[in-house]
Amino acid sequence: MIPQAFDYYAPTSVADALRLLRRHGDEAKLLAGGHSLLPIMKLRLSTPQCLIDLGRISELRFISEADDGGLAIGAMSTYHDIKNSALVQERVPALAAAAGEVGDVQVQNKGTIGGSLAHADPAGDFPALALALNFELVTATARSGRTIAIDRFFRDLLTTALRPNEILTEIRVPALAAGTGVAYKKLPNKASHYAVVGVAAAITVGDDGVCTDARIGVTGAGPTAVRARNTERILKGKHVDAAVIRRAANRAAANIEDLNDDLHASAEYREHLTTVFAARAIEEALSRAG
Amino acid sequence: MIAGQVSKLIGSRVKRKEDPRLITGEGKYTDDVMLPGMAYFAVLRSPYAHARIDGIDTSAAAASPDVLAVLTGAEINERCAEPFPLFAILEGMQYPERWPMAATKANYVGEPVAVVVATSRAAARDALDLIEVDYEPLPVVTDMETAADADQPVIFAEMGSNLCYEASDQAGDPDRAFAEADGVVEARMEQPRLIPNPMEPRATVAEYERSSGNATLWVTTQNPHIERMVAAKMLGMPENKLRVIAIDVGGGFGCKINTYSESLIAVILAREVNRPVKWAEDRTEHFVSTSHGRGQAQYVQAAYKKDGTLLGMKLKIYADLGAYAQVISHVIPTLTPSLAPGVYGCRDIGWTTIGVFTNKIPYDAYRGAGRPEAAYIIERVMDLIADATGKDPVAVRRKNFIPKDAFPYETPTGMVYDSADYDAALDKALEIAGYDDLRAEQKAARKDGKLMGIGVTVTTEVCGFGPAASTGGLGGFESATVRVDPMGKVTVLTGASPHGQGEETSFAQIVADDLGVPFEDVEVIHGDTSIVARGVGTFGSRTLVVGGTAILKANEQIKDKATRIATALLENKLEDTLDPQLVTLEDGLFSVQDMPDQYVTWAEVGSEAYDGQLLPEDEQPGLEAVSFWEPPGLTFPFSAHIAVVEIDQDTGEVSLKRYVSVDDCGTVINPTLVEGQIHGGLAQGIGQALLEQAVWDEEGQLVSGSLMDYAMPFAQEFPMFELDRTVTPSPVNPLGAKGIGEMATISATPTVANAVVDALSHLGVTHVDIPMTAERIWRVLQTHGRSRRGGRS
Repeated sequence: MIPQAFDYYAPTSVADALRLLRRHGDEAKLLAGGHSLLPIMKLRLSTPQCLIDLGRISELRFISEADDGGLAIGAMSTYHDIKNSALVQERVPALAAAAGEVGDVQVQNKGTIGGSLAHADPAGDFPALALALNFELVTATARSGRTIAIDRFFRDLLTTALRPNEILTEIRVPALAAGTGVAYKKLPNKASHYAVVGVAAAITVGDDGVCTDARIGVTGAGPTAVRARNTERILKGKHVDAAVIRRAANRAAANIEDLNDDLHASAEYREHLTTVFAARAIEEALSRAG
Repeated sequence: MIAGQVSKLIGSRVKRKEDPRLITGEGKYTDDVMLPGMAYFAVLRSPYAHARIDGIDTSAAAASPDVLAVLTGAEINERCAEPFPLFAILEGMQYPERWPMAATKANYVGEPVAVVVATSRAAARDALDLIEVDYEPLPVVTDMETAADADQPVIFAEMGSNLCYEASDQAGDPDRAFAEADGVVEARMEQPRLIPNPMEPRATVAEYERSSGNATLWVTTQNPHIERMVAAKMLGMPENKLRVIAIDVGGGFGCKINTYSESLIAVILAREVNRPVKWAEDRTEHFVSTSHGRGQAQYVQAAYKKDGTLLGMKLKIYADLGAYAQVISHVIPTLTPSLAPGVYGCRDIGWTTIGVFTNKIPYDAYRGAGRPEAAYIIERVMDLIADATGKDPVAVRRKNFIPKDAFPYETPTGMVYDSADYDAALDKALEIAGYDDLRAEQKAARKDGKLMGIGVTVTTEVCGFGPAASTGGLGGFESATVRVDPMGKVTVLTGASPHGQGEETSFAQIVADDLGVPFEDVEVIHGDTSIVARGVGTFGSRTLVVGGTAILKANEQIKDKATRIATALLENKLEDTLDPQLVTLEDGLFSVQDMPDQYVTWAEVGSEAYDGQLLPEDEQPGLEAVSFWEPPGLTFPFSAHIAVVEIDQDTGEVSLKRYVSVDDCGTVINPTLVEGQIHGGLAQGIGQALLEQAVWDEEGQLVSGSLMDYAMPFAQEFPMFELDRTVTPSPVNPLGAKGIGEMATISATPTVANAVVDALSHLGVTHVDIPMTAERIWRVLQTHGRSRRGGRS
C-alpha cells in the first residue's frame, strides 16, 4: 500500500491552489479528505504526479447562513463539522443527521462535503442529499468561477461537471420552503459502510396537506446518483397517503439504467431496495413536513 | 511480605499485565524491530490463479534506484535445502512438493514469484513494477466439489488428479439406523471460506551473522519453536543457529501457525545482501498471502425417531485445501466428522471426507479449525429434526444429550470427552434468556406480521492439544522454566506463545497463588527460542491447559528445593536440627510447624540458593526448575447459547437483538480474560453467520479482496452479550481447565443461523446457508412468501 512517488503541495489560499492547478494541469489531483483518493493511489490504480492538498486552506472550511436564509458550506468542511454545526442542525437537521451516518468516526473526521461531491462515488451518501436538497455548487477558476446546479453536476461514474482547472469551493443549500421535511434512509454496505442503496427525500406539504414539491435523490443504485423524477411526479399535487407513497416509491428505480450489479447486491435487489428506501425516506420526510 | 496479605488470585479479575505496554504503544511487534543498516523486501505475487512462468526479466528492477538485489522464485528455492515439511500425513493422501516460491508455475493468485530487496520500502515496492514476468495462463480449478473430477484441469501433473485424499469410515451401523428410522432429514450445508484478519498483519525481520553463520528471525508467529524447526530444516541450518523471536504478536486465530515463505526469503536475503531485512504485509497483501480458513461443502443426512431421537448420520464433506497442504492443514477437515456427534449420544455415523486442491491460496486453521464446521452440522441437524417432528429445539436436544454420569465418554468417532453436564448449561442459558417468554413473544410477533427468531445450541469442541498423537508431529507438550532469583522474585519461561490471550497475566496468577508470592513479583517470558529452549506454541486453546500445568509441575520442584533450603536457614536461626517435614510453605512463608514466628521468606531462600554458604552438603546452588508436561488426554469445553434475531421483511436484513452465552471451560483462572475470549469469539462466529465470505470469480481472482468488500462485523452491530458459565473441571489436568479460545466462535455461528431459520420456519424454511446476508434472506422471502399480518404462528 505504498503509492507511486508524487509531489505534494499544501497551498493556504484558493488562489495559490488554482495557480498550482494551472501549472501542473492533468498531472495534478486535488486532495480533500483523502478517503477516496488515497486508497486508490495506494493500490496504484491512480498515479498522479502531484497532489494539491486543500486541507490548509482555511477559507474553504466554514458553515454560515446564506443571503436567502439557506446554508453556505465551505467545500472542505468535514462531515464532523456538518454533524456538529448548530446552524445545520437548526436549518436542515436531516443533513446534520446524515453526516453522522457517513462511514465511521474516522471518516467523519477527515471526509469533506466537497470531496464527496467532486469524487461522485456512486455509493456516496451526500450525492443523494445534494439532489434532494437542490445544492448549488460554487466553483473557482483562475479567471472567475461559476455556480453549478446539482441537477447538472453528476455526469457519469466518478464523473462530474467540474473542469480540470476548476476547484469546488462552496456548497449552497437553499433555504427549505415552509412545510418541507427531509429524510435520508439507506442500507449500509456491511463492509465499506457506503450505501448499498440510499434515498434522500425532501417533501413540501401545503396547509391543505397537498404535496407541493418533492425532490428524491437516489444513490448506490446506478453509476451515479440520480433524482427519482417519476416518484416526484406522482407525489406532487397529491394528498400523500400510504397508497400514494407505495405507488410513488415503486417507481423510484424506473429511470435508473445500468443498475449496479456486484458482490454486494444484484441489480434486482438494488432495484427493490430503491423502492423500499424511497418509501421509508418519503414517509419520514412527510412526518417532518407540513 | 507479611503472612495473610497474599490473596488468592486464581478466579479473580486481575487486570492484564500486558495491557499498559500494549495500550501505550510500547509493545514490541515485528514491524517495530529496527536494526542498523536494515533493508526492506517486497514480494511480487502471481496475478493469475494458474499460470506457467515462461521467463522473468529482472534487469530493470535490479537497475532501479536503491535496489540491492532481485531474486526470482527459482533463485530463492535453490537456496533452500528442503521443501516445506508436512506433518500428520494421512493414509493414501497425495500432495505436491512445495517450495517457498513459484518457480515454473504459479498455482494461486498471490503466490510469490520474485522478490526485491532495497534500502527503503518504497524503493522495493517501486521496483516490483519493473519486473517482467512472461506468464502463460492455464485453466483454473476453483470448485471443490468437482475439483477431483476426471474432466478438470490437473494442477499438479505428477498427481494425476486434484484429489488430496478421500477418507471414508463409519462407527456403529448407520445403514441399520437409517432403516429403523421414522424419518430422514437432509441438507447441503455450505461453509464459506473465511479470511482471518488479526489486527496485526504478518511481518518478518531477519539478521544473519556471516562470521558465525547464526541467524535471528523476528516473525509474527503463534509458535516460534515450530517456526524454528521448519525454517532450520528448510534452510539447511542446525536449529541451534537459528533464533526465532515473536514477543508481541497482534492476534493469529490460526493463520500464524504456518511457517510462511517470507520467513525463509528473509533469512536468505539477509545472507545475500549482508544486511538485516524486513518485510511487512499490508492488509491488501494479507488477503492473498496469508492462509484462509473454513471452506467446506457438507452433505448431511440424519435419521431420527419421531420422539426426536437422532439415530444415525451420514456425512459427505468436501474440503477446499487450496493449492497446497501446509503444516497439518489437510488434517483439519477430518476433525469435522470426528466432532460431528456433538453433545449427543448418537452411535451410528458414516462419513466421507474429501480433501481437494484448487487454485486458491492455501487453507489452514482458523479459530475453531474443523470444529465449527462440525458444530454447525450437528446443531443444524437438531433443528431439522425439531422441524420434522414438530418438537421444540430445546426438547430435541435434551432427548439426545449424553447424560452427565457418562463421562469420561468415548464417542463413536473415537474422541474421549473428559467431563460435562449439558443440562446444567442449557438450564442456565434458558433461564437467563427467559426462553418461554421469548417463545410467547415470538408468537405475538408473528401475529403482528413480524419475523422474530430464537436460536438455541449446545455444543462442545476438542482442545488443549496434546497428547503428542493429537498434533501429528508438532509435539503435544509444553515446557516451563520457573526461576527464583536472589531477591525472591520469580521468572517464568513458557514454551507457549500467547499473542493476545493474556497468559502473562493468568500464568502469573497461577504462580503467585502456588508459591505465595505477590503477583507483581512474577515475570512471564515467552516467544524467544534463545531464552525459552523448547516449546510447542499457542493454538487449539492449549496454552493455559498444557502450558499452565507445565508451570505447576516446575513449581513442585521449586517448592521442594526451596523448602530444603528454608529448613537449613531455620536450623541455623534456631541453632537446632529440624525435621524437614515440619517446615511448610504457606502464604509465601516457610515456617516451622507450631512455631509461626519462626519463618523465612522467599527472598531469604532465594538469596541463600545462590550465596550458598548455609546450603546442606548434598544440595547444589541455584533455584530453577524445568518441566515438560504432556497431558494424558484432550479437553472438551462446552456451551449453551441462545440468540434472538429480528428480520426486516422489506430488506432481508437480520438484526441480532440478544445473545446469551453460557460457557463451561472448567476452572476459570481469570474471568475477565475468559469473557474477553468469549466476546471476541462471539463476534467472529456471528460475523461468520451473517457477513463473512471470501468470493472468487471463475478465473480464481479473489473478488472480496479487501475490507471494503469483505465484511467483518463492527462492535455497534452487536447487543450487549449476556454471559454466564457453569464450571465442570477437567480431570485431565491438575488445573481442571479446559480452554476457552475457540468455544464461543464455534457455538455462535450455528446459534445465529438457527435463530434466523427459526424466524422463517413458519414460512416453511428449514435451512439457509451462511452468510445470511440481507439479499440472501430477501431471496428466501421472495420464494417462501412473506409473513403476513395474522399469518401462521
